[in-house]
Amino acid sequence: MKWSELFTSSIGKKWVMAISGLCLIGFLLVHVTLNTLIWANIFVPEDNGEIFNRAAHWLGSNLIPRILEVGLFLFFIIHIIQGYVLELQNRSKRGKGYKVPMGSEGSNWYRKSMGLLGTLIFIFLVVHISNFWISSRFGGLKEITYPDGETFHNLYGEMITVFQELWIVILYVLGCVSLAWHLIHGFQSAFRTIGVSNKKYLALLNATGIGFSLLVSILFAAMPLSIYLGWVK
Amino acid sequence: MLEAKTPTGPLDQKWTYYKGHCRLVNPANKRKLEVIVVGTGLAGASAAASLAELGYTVKAFCFQDSPRRAHSIAAQGGINAAKNYQNDGDSVFRLFYDTIKGGDYRARESNVHRLAEISTSIIDQCVAQGVPFAREYGGLLNNRSFGGTQVKRTFYAAGQTGQQLLIGAYQALERQVNLGNVKMYSRHEMLDVVMIDGKARGIICRNLVNGELERHFGHAVLLCTGGYGNVFYLSTNAMGSNVTAAWKAHKKGAQFGNPCFTQIHPTCIPVSGDHQSKLTLMSESLRNDGRIWVPKQKGDKRKANDIPEEERDYYLERRYPAFGNLVPRDVASRAAKERCDAGYGVGTTGQAVYLDFKFNLINKYGRAEASKHGIDNPDNDTLVRLGKEVVKEEYGNLFDMYEKITGENPYEVPMRIYPAVHYTMGGLWVDYELMTTMKGLYALGEANFSDHGANRLGASALMQGLADGYFVIPYTIGNYLADEIAVKPIDTEHPAFVEAEKQVSDRINTLMNIKGSQTVESFHKRLGKIMWEKCGMARNEQGLKEAIEEIRALKKEFWSDVRVPGIVKEMNPELDKAGRVADFIELGELMCLDALDRKESCGGHFREESQTEEGEALRDDENFTYVSSWEFKGESQWQLNKEPLQFEVAKPSQRSYK
Amino acid sequence: MEQNTMNLTLKVWRQKNSGDPGGFATYPVKNISAEMSFLEMFDVLNEELIREGKDPIAFDHDCREGICGMCSMYINGRPHGPWEKNTVCQLHMRAYKDGDTIVVEPWRAKSFPVLKDLVVDRGAFDRIIQAGGYISVNTGSPVDANAVPVEKEKADAAFAAAACIGCGACVAACKNSSALLFVSAKVSHLALLPQGAPERRSRALNMVAQMDKEGFGACTNTGACEAVCPKGISIENIARLNREFIGAGMSGE
Repeated sequence: MKWSELFTSSIGKKWVMAISGLCLIGFLLVHVTLNTLIWANIFVPEDNGEIFNRAAHWLGSNLIPRILEVGLFLFFIIHIIQGYVLELQNRSKRGKGYKVPMGSEGSNWYRKSMGLLGTLIFIFLVVHISNFWISSRFGGLKEITYPDGETFHNLYGEMITVFQELWIVILYVLGCVSLAWHLIHGFQSAFRTIGVSNKKYLALLNATGIGFSLLVSILFAAMPLSIYLGWVK
Repeated sequence: MLEAKTPTGPLDQKWTYYKGHCRLVNPANKRKLEVIVVGTGLAGASAAASLAELGYTVKAFCFQDSPRRAHSIAAQGGINAAKNYQNDGDSVFRLFYDTIKGGDYRARESNVHRLAEISTSIIDQCVAQGVPFAREYGGLLNNRSFGGTQVKRTFYAAGQTGQQLLIGAYQALERQVNLGNVKMYSRHEMLDVVMIDGKARGIICRNLVNGELERHFGHAVLLCTGGYGNVFYLSTNAMGSNVTAAWKAHKKGAQFGNPCFTQIHPTCIPVSGDHQSKLTLMSESLRNDGRIWVPKQKGDKRKANDIPEEERDYYLERRYPAFGNLVPRDVASRAAKERCDAGYGVGTTGQAVYLDFKFNLINKYGRAEASKHGIDNPDNDTLVRLGKEVVKEEYGNLFDMYEKITGENPYEVPMRIYPAVHYTMGGLWVDYELMTTMKGLYALGEANFSDHGANRLGASALMQGLADGYFVIPYTIGNYLADEIAVKPIDTEHPAFVEAEKQVSDRINTLMNIKGSQTVESFHKRLGKIMWEKCGMARNEQGLKEAIEEIRALKKEFWSDVRVPGIVKEMNPELDKAGRVADFIELGELMCLDALDRKESCGGHFREESQTEEGEALRDDENFTYVSSWEFKGESQWQLNKEPLQFEVAKPSQRSYK
Repeated sequence: MEQNTMNLTLKVWRQKNSGDPGGFATYPVKNISAEMSFLEMFDVLNEELIREGKDPIAFDHDCREGICGMCSMYINGRPHGPWEKNTVCQLHMRAYKDGDTIVVEPWRAKSFPVLKDLVVDRGAFDRIIQAGGYISVNTGSPVDANAVPVEKEKADAAFAAAACIGCGACVAACKNSSALLFVSAKVSHLALLPQGAPERRSRALNMVAQMDKEGFGACTNTGACEAVCPKGISIENIARLNREFIGAGMSGE
């Protein structure tokens, strides 16, 4: 079988979704870990975002993360395009539809709504990138100089500013809710697609998937909320 | 004159001798020979696949939407083979002997011995194909026991053995379709055989999707079209199972063997009302653990669980202490009928007996489990709970099926069961080579008059279907086709094809144009009622004579008042059914005629005039040790030809299960 | 036993042939016994239609004991109706109550074109099996059946997959009209057995290729197929097929 045949087969296409999805899950892990640094005050009094800004700077200035970042965008694009292609192709396979649709009969609604959830996440992503990533990469962020004399982009400060806007906070929370549902299905589905068929592993992955999805989404959502509510200043 | 063409030599050498001496067709010539296979059950699918593997050009036909739907798929229990894996004394000879005896000495010894010899190869073949038979923890094949035998020789796949075997054969068939050796025609029904110069040369069939008639040529034609149990309307057969292909062949000259030999299976879910369309079998294996009883008091309306132990009549255990609930099918069925006819039947209709698992659930399984779990002096509830778990594992799918159909939970209340038509031992008469009395026309599996005599043992139908298809026909057809290599495929514009198609078309048009007032289904139900009451579990001269008259009258009424809706050139299931019922009516008459002729009782055929003082079946070897082979001579006219049966090895004895 | 009867309203898809656009027709059915099977109710209705000079409803059915896989009705938004692990032919009218309206549709998928009323063409399934759903052994003298021991657990798992009846409910239920449960059941059945090992790779590749060619959708692991499967075929089989397929696709051959 040629590579082209492999990747254009129905399972091959799903495999691409799964691999790209798993890479994005890996990215989420890094991203959420970094984000938790905004709560560093709890452990380091008077940190006020310094650790967070330093970490963000390290990520932005180091070569390896920069290369990975290119890959990340590639995976995003692949995941999004392939996702839409599959969704459209799959929808076209029914022909005439049912008068009485199955609804959530036999399967949870979110498992059947990955396209919709993905779209919501995509909208959120556009706002998110324009809020933070573009300005941190291509300028526009204020700078802050810490007592040791080093100067960094004040990403932390930017967050504090952005998340004073209620509609943005709501959008972020909605984005996180979509992400949670998307991940609850996507996490275990990806492993099934790459071929984990062992009942014990699947049960483990299912539980891990739910735990991971909720944890990541709650942490992400807690960030704008805790800023908006003034818990983090 | 019927020539069985049994090879010479000692019984256990006949098949070897035959294989060593039959003529062969060389591979290059095989490709030029076309074989038509009608029906894709175990016999048809295995024959089509095996012949295609040999190099023949095969065309296979089935009326269902896929060859995998054939009714072999519904066989539950298992398949016998003389493997002796259990080291319990089984052998080819024992399987041969059990089959002859179980069939009440009305089968041909040479055929049955060949069947027993081949049985072992079938299992090898099926395992190689990937049939997932039940296995032991050591990885080797498991066996279960079945009625009428004293060894464990039945291979099985849960309660779905027929399904697994058929899928094996179906896969082999589809492989040949992929290789281009078989051309598959689904949703096609054969409606006639085409005879040219005294040889079967093709068929006329109807495409059931668009209603068009088609002509197909073949150097030989194989009918693997199953049994005709649906002549009784209610049976365990599939709704579409029919006799049409075999009947058309019969009317063209193929003689019909032992048509009255019908197997009534003792454990089926009883009829619940007039709406009933078919009956469902509960596997014979249930009789291993269920006890059959009726109330001792006539017309007792209490619920089963309210009837105390001392007021229950375990009539099989009472009448047949040696075999008890495990007597052969025919005996168990008649005993149930006797009790119900005498007024002891249960359920709304009074046409049912109880099959009760409580006793073994508690005493056999419950106690064993309790001992395994180290529970001393378990109370009743514990025993029931533990027993239930085991019963669930053994028969779970059957219990679930029972509950779906009846709405009753068989773990709590006894099953209600009643005998139902299940299998037909009769069929087209065939010689040792499976060829009918028409040259070039073969009948395989249940469609032939078979190796089961007057009664088939459990788990032997699958064995016979596959033996015929995988291992017999590939040899015997060569013996015929070796002479046909010079015959070029005959153009289907040949007058014989044209004429045959015209006859089929005329008959269809006649049916369509009656435009009467009664539905096909209503005729079928009436036929079934006549057959069940007068040619069913018990038959007598007067009843059979009445039945013949009633069937003739029904036939007349059918041909003047049936209503077939729709048009010919479309998918028209009512038209399909009308043709089948018309054939069933004619067959019904012949069955009664055959039952009338056979004044003895044997196997599934019980003539009330021929019974012992205790009411057991009484065979008459002196006058009836023959196969009845009926030759069609014109409407309602048949000539009886007899093939005398010789028993050189298995000497006939009266069956006793007391 | 008490005889419950009920009156119902049926809305049934009627379509003369594959070229006809088709539409729903409404039929009241009266005095239906709770002990009838769903198909027997259709028999009763058809008898009435014939007597009234109308065309009876065509539907596929044969064994009526849940094993042949021929029956196929999508009832009130669910293939094979409301009962779990069940085929239409085993569905009984106890499932309904007096006054219910029941909508009956054919399997819907482009790969299963409607032939008439509720009858669809599932030939695609046969063609997928033709592409590789078998072990390539000719009839003859293979090794003794007990020559190759098979681990009981694997044999049982192979049997569980092989229990598929090929009815197509998985496709009918799947939002993507994917046939992957069907294909994976066959691939699993054969891949789990040592006898099926030599052709594992080509089997997975060829069967999936044929499935794609037939126009079925891609699986998104929603699990709807498993939920409606009358034989309870597990979607673990799909994961196994995914592994078999990718493994085969990446191999050098």
